[in-house]
Amino acid sequence: MKLTRRNLLIFSSAGVAATAMGSLPAFASLTDDAIAALTGGADMGTGVITITAPEIAENGNTVPIGVDAPGAESITLFADGNPVPAVATFAFGPLAASNAASTRIRLATTQNVIAVAKMQDGSFQMAKANVKVTIGGCGG
Amino acid sequence: MASGVKPRVKVPKKAAAGETITIKTLISHKMESGQRKDSDGNVIPRSIINRFTADFNGQNVIDVTLEPAISTNPYFQFEAVVPESGEFTFTWYDDDGDVYDTSKKIAVS
Repeated sequence: MKLTRRNLLIFSSAGVAATAMGSLPAFASLTDDAIAALTGGADMGTGVITITAPEIAENGNTVPIGVDAPGAESITLFADGNPVPAVATFAFGPLAASNAASTRIRLATTQNVIAVAKMQDGSFQMAKANVKVTIGGCGG
Repeated sequence: MASGVKPRVKVPKKAAAGETITIKTLISHKMESGQRKDSDGNVIPRSIINRFTADFNGQNVIDVTLEPAISTNPYFQFEAVVPESGEFTFTWYDDDGDVYDTSKKIAVS
C-alpha cells in the first residue's frame, strides 16, 4: 500500500485506539458495578455470545448492534463509556426462535460494548466489542 | 410525549408451522435521554419508552427493557417461531404512562 496522507491517518488513529483499549475509560467502574449487580459477582464464561457491531461508527447517536447468545435466557447490554452504562435487556420468551436481537444504540465516545447473558442453567456469559465513534459523523 | 408516536412493524403475512420468522419493529419516539441540556443550560427531563414486548397468541416472544442509551426511534429485530395461525401483539410502554400497541395477523399453513 502506498503511504499516502490518508493511509497515514488511518494507521495513526488505529494506533491511538489500541492504546486506549489498554487503559479502561473512567466510567469502567460504573459498568463493573452494574454487571456485578446483575450477576451477583458470579464468574462469567466467554465464547458463547456473538456481538455484531461496526468497528467504526460515524454517528454515535445510532449505532447498530446485534447480539446472539444461543441458550440464553436474557441478554443485557452495557456501554462502558456512557454516563449510564446500562443499554438494554432482552428477555426471551417461549416463542423466541433464536436468542438473538438487533437494535440501535447511543454511544457517547469510543468504548466497549459489553453483553452479559444469563444462561438457562443460571450461569453467566460475557462478550465485549470495541466500537470507535467518530463524533459528529465528520468521517475523519 | 404522546404526539407523533407511530409504531411500524414488519411481519410476514404467512409462514409454515414451526418456521422461524424475522420480525422488525420501529416506533417513532424522541427517546429524550435526560442527559441533554437546552440553550439555557437546564437539563431536559428524561422521556423514553422503557419497555417493549412482543407476544403471539398470548405467549411471550421477547421482552425488552430499554434504557436512555437506546437511539431515537427505537428499532428492534428478532426471530420468532409460529406454531399456528394467530396474531402478534406488540406493546411499547412510555415513561409518561402511555402504552402504544399494534398487532399483526399471520396465516400458518
